Amino acid sequence: MRKQIEGSAAVAQAVALARPEVICAYPISPQTHIVEALSAIVKSGDLQPCEFVNVESEFAAMSVAIGASAAGARAYTATASQGLLFMVEAVYNASGLGLPIVMTVANRAIGAPINIWNDHSDSMSQRDSGWIQLYAEDNQEAVDLHIQAFKLAETVSLPVMVCMDGFILTHAVEEVEMPDQATVDAFLPAFEPRQVLDPAEPVSIGAMVGPEAFMEVRYLAHRRQMEALEVIPAIAAEYGAVTGRVRDGLISRYRLDDAEIVVVALGSVIGTLQDTVDALREQGVLVGVLGITSFRPFPLESVRDALAGARSVVVLEKALAVGIGGIVANNVRTAVAGLAIDVRTVIAGLGGRPILGESLAEMIRGVDDLDELTFLDLRTELVERELQRNRATRRSGPTAENLLRDVGAVGDPLSVRMPR
Amino acid sequence: MHSLFGNAAAVATGVFAAMRAKGRDTRVVAQAGDGGTVDIGLGPLSGMFERNDDVLFICYDNEAYMNTGVQRSGATPPAARTATTQAVGEHPGNVFGQGKDLPRIAMAHEIPYVATATVADLRDLEAKVEKAMAIRGARYIHVLVPCPLGWGSASKDTILLARLAQQSGLFPVFEAEFGEVTAVLPIRRRVPVTEYLQPQKRYAHLFGQTPDTETIERIQAQADRNLSRYHIDEVEI
Amino acid sequence: MDKPFAITLDAGSSLANKTGSWRTERPLYLNSLPPCNDACPAGENIQGWLYEAEEGQYQRAWQLLVADNPFPAIMGRVCYHPCQTACNRAQLDQPVGINSVERFLGDVALQEGWQLPVEAVDSGKRVLVVGAGPSGLSAAYHLRRAGHHVVIHDAGPKSGGMMRFGIPSYRLPRDILDAEIQRILDAGVELHLDSPVTDVMAAKAEGGFDAVFVAVGAQVGKRAYVPAGESAKILDAVSLLRDMEGQQAPRLGRRVVVYGGGNTAMDAARTAKRLGAEEAIVVYRRTRDRMPAHDVEVQEALEEGVLIRWLSTIKDVDAGSMTVERMELDDSGFPQPTGEFEELEADSLVLALGQDTDLSLMQDVDGIEISDGVVHVDEGMMTGAEGIFAGGDMVPSERTVTVAVGHGKQAARNIDGWLRGIPFEHAPRPPLATFDRLNTWYYTDAPKTVRPTLDSARRVSTFDEVKQGLDEQTAVYEARRCLSCGNCFGCDNCFGVCPDNAVLKLPRGSAEGDNGRDYAFDLDYCKGCGICVSECPSGAIIMIPEA
Ligand SMILES: Cc1ncc(C[n+]2csc(CCOP(=O)(O)OP(=O)(O)O)c2C)c(N)n1
Ligand SMILES: [Mg+2]
Repeated sequence: MRKQIEGSAAVAQAVALARPEVICAYPISPQTHIVEALSAIVKSGDLQPCEFVNVESEFAAMSVAIGASAAGARAYTATASQGLLFMVEAVYNASGLGLPIVMTVANRAIGAPINIWNDHSDSMSQRDSGWIQLYAEDNQEAVDLHIQAFKLAETVSLPVMVCMDGFILTHAVEEVEMPDQATVDAFLPAFEPRQVLDPAEPVSIGAMVGPEAFMEVRYLAHRRQMEALEVIPAIAAEYGAVTGRVRDGLISRYRLDDAEIVVVALGSVIGTLQDTVDALREQGVLVGVLGITSFRPFPLESVRDALAGARSVVVLEKALAVGIGGIVANNVRTAVAGLAIDVRTVIAGLGGRPILGESLAEMIRGVDDLDELTFLDLRTELVERELQRNRATRRSGPTAENLLRDVGAVGDPLSVRMPR
Repeated sequence: MHSLFGNAAAVATGVFAAMRAKGRDTRVVAQAGDGGTVDIGLGPLSGMFERNDDVLFICYDNEAYMNTGVQRSGATPPAARTATTQAVGEHPGNVFGQGKDLPRIAMAHEIPYVATATVADLRDLEAKVEKAMAIRGARYIHVLVPCPLGWGSASKDTILLARLAQQSGLFPVFEAEFGEVTAVLPIRRRVPVTEYLQPQKRYAHLFGQTPDTETIERIQAQADRNLSRYHIDEVEI
Repeated sequence: MDKPFAITLDAGSSLANKTGSWRTERPLYLNSLPPCNDACPAGENIQGWLYEAEEGQYQRAWQLLVADNPFPAIMGRVCYHPCQTACNRAQLDQPVGINSVERFLGDVALQEGWQLPVEAVDSGKRVLVVGAGPSGLSAAYHLRRAGHHVVIHDAGPKSGGMMRFGIPSYRLPRDILDAEIQRILDAGVELHLDSPVTDVMAAKAEGGFDAVFVAVGAQVGKRAYVPAGESAKILDAVSLLRDMEGQQAPRLGRRVVVYGGGNTAMDAARTAKRLGAEEAIVVYRRTRDRMPAHDVEVQEALEEGVLIRWLSTIKDVDAGSMTVERMELDDSGFPQPTGEFEELEADSLVLALGQDTDLSLMQDVDGIEISDGVVHVDEGMMTGAEGIFAGGDMVPSERTVTVAVGHGKQAARNIDGWLRGIPFEHAPRPPLATFDRLNTWYYTDAPKTVRPTLDSARRVSTFDEVKQGLDEQTAVYEARRCLSCGNCFGCDNCFGVCPDNAVLKLPRGSAEGDNGRDYAFDLDYCKGCGICVSECPSGAIIMIPEA
């Protein structure tokens, strides 16, 4: 069924279609609408059997999911930003134990300074946590990825994070095609755990493993992610067959065939990029967009394949590895190693800074003059003023507040009324 | 299943939620040390209490972080020496006024059942576990377990020390239902706290050439306080 | 389940950690000797039968008891229970009322008609027992159980010896006495009454006996010289008590004086009271604390109105009165005359100054050594003459029924060994289970049950039994007060407190564990912490260095 619907509500309905048995969550913007909607679905009795557990922290949310999953229940949670960091210890525990939990990350920046708007710093911080990470380009894909995520998680016995841009997707009302329950039921069989807490067949899960076997445990986790590189496209194909929405699963290609310049990106910015590409192509610039849907496992081969014909590659990143630069770019460089391709990093949209089509077009046109690392639309005058202050006096004060004063935002009542 | 240091209560909630969703009546027990209970795990534990999840949580209280080498926990008693409250300075050992009384914190949640016990009375412990398992909702049992290495006591005295903790009044053994104390184990042979403290090297600084009578009296006062707070009877023999 | 590698393991995987390798000492279940058993002159396994009794296994308890002593009902009435004096529980509250439980078991056995078992095959040997008192009967019983043919000869008209002729019926009812003796005869012991043996060697040869046990007791009342007028009525206590068993009750008059300070003196005075004397006065030359009579007997006598004059001797006796001299203890505790005299009105004087033995039957036997009126025997109860054994009051020892019964058992074992040519050897004595080895915390506080006692107003007028028995409930309660010193009683403490689950609980009664216990240590996991030793209530576990 097609409907005009807010991204969060659509995702909540998609999650409900997957019939999770335990949902636990702790509110944080911009994830709130998803869990609010789910709590209503569960409370109204529309989703049965399902337990909605209002926990006291994200650490508990992931822990409840761990317990539920280990006990053989399909478990779901959602978070963002600080919440994701607060649960990190349990995030690693879930993947280490191989528990097929599905979690939505409504991507948001990480403080300090506190910021609720979108970027990818939160989920990127967990790229090595052992979770599978899928990034949605739009709300339709968010819906579809969530349904596939349960099947994927349970097939490979690994937890899956579905990342969708906070506000940009979560709060956007778009037309979405919702699959019906019968379709989802046929696609997604009941959860058959690989390991389960059951008094009838007692086991011990999560005991200490010493140097004699720890490497092997980690290696096997890696192997399973490598296997997922096969499983993900297979599931995407299967899903496409029943819904008509056929996707690669690992990557998305846009006008790549003859592209000399390729912009690589994750998430909703791909839509903006596609528009920009269309405009530039009209001007004769041979440019295309490579979207990475599966950031973990990272599809080295697909990426290399997709970029093989390009001359110049720009990785547009919504996160910053402070002290070095790009995160995705490093992965892309690994993929194209040995090919004569320039890979540049452009950091954009941190903390919700709008990524304007105009800026993107300008950046692409001037690709050959780009530095190795560029910050898109960086307000250098603000930076300069702060650097000056720093030079002038030892006690130059808090940087964030200084900058806000410079842009005239301090004292603006709107800035303190934002949800957190 | 072993998940993390501080999340036993939440993992247990997850198992319980799974069982409920599946319509199964498998009961859930969670266990942790005092550190995992009163310190790092307090948030999840309190959440589990507040939701009144059908989980029995058992805390094995050896009054410090023993696993990592005897550091102070929120359950370490005053004056006790640990690796992070050394027996040096003007007030050697742990400070007074710290330490979280988790059984009472649990009672404040008005959960159906809270009990304390020691390893010195296994039949009492067994009865309490049985009773707890006959009740639905969040339940908490706090068990005092002496740690020979951490307390600096002889291994063979482990049970004896647990007994003396109760008989001195320092560790009250009681049951509470919905926030009200309903039963208290009487003291059969009251002993001064010194009888309990002295065999433990973690209190050795109290019994030097000039005993630290002031500190000992403060500890004794805590024991006396428990007797009146819990209305513990002394049984004449 | 296809378990994920190293993440999901079988339950119990921590068993791979064998904590037993840390051990430098190991625990060992070791039974030690309870002080009651140690103190029992009859060598009863008191702790053993109390354990059965507390479980309600009365017949098993009784069988264990009669393995050492065929007279539980009698013992429960007349034994001075040194076991209770030795009982460790006395240091906790009060000793266990062992004697009353013994009596309870004895009475239950009589009510139920339980018989003494004789299981051994016939040895073909014949043993003559001279004297049907406690020692002779005990020996006869044990010899019979060992498979020998036993014939008892007794000079008197009735069996029982001093149990009948020395102990008043208010302490030992005759139906009880008769029933317990009859049970021995029912086990196949031959008894001839009124058949005195005057020459032991002749009797042995005549009857074709392979061995003889002589236990003729000490029944001749000692006479001290007391100047007496012609019409003074003087008799000895042994005769008085013996006459009580005849048809005619002895006449003593309104005022009776008993001279002496032993148990017999108390018996005589209390008997006089029951015969109608208005006043029974015991005259004794020393103080109460030096009286040889047992304290309970003195206490009961006083309760019944018997008067006692301490530090007094009798100078002379006449019809209706006698002269008494006050004495004083000298520095060494001996009574010395003071020269102060007093008249005492009395119709008769009963002398209770001890008993002598009539040893004429073995006077001239080669090798037999007699001195101070007693026969000397070796460790195996044998006299200087091969095959002639002796015991009871006629050999040097304390003169009580229980000691006599013990002699009978001792002698029987040695006679059996001698007859079979395999000298009897005592099992090695385990260490004594002293109080300091117990962890008394585990014994709930339970003061001793007081046996109901007949009101003193009633008891002086009748020969009814003064001490009543315990009912079943109180007997079991009393048995449960037993601390089981030095012996495992299956409390499960070791099993419960072991931090490594290294105490294995075997099926109850299987006795497959260490030293026949129902528990064993799993040395793969026992790290030698010693908690089981500290927390064993009865001190039945010790630590030994690792080999
Ligand atoms: C998040 C986290 N912080 C610290 C530790 C290190 N750590 C492991 S066990 C422990 C102390 C445990 O103390 P307690 O819960 O009292 O148990 P005990 O060892 O005394 O039985 C600590 C601090 C950890 N495992 N996880
Ligand atoms: Mg601890």
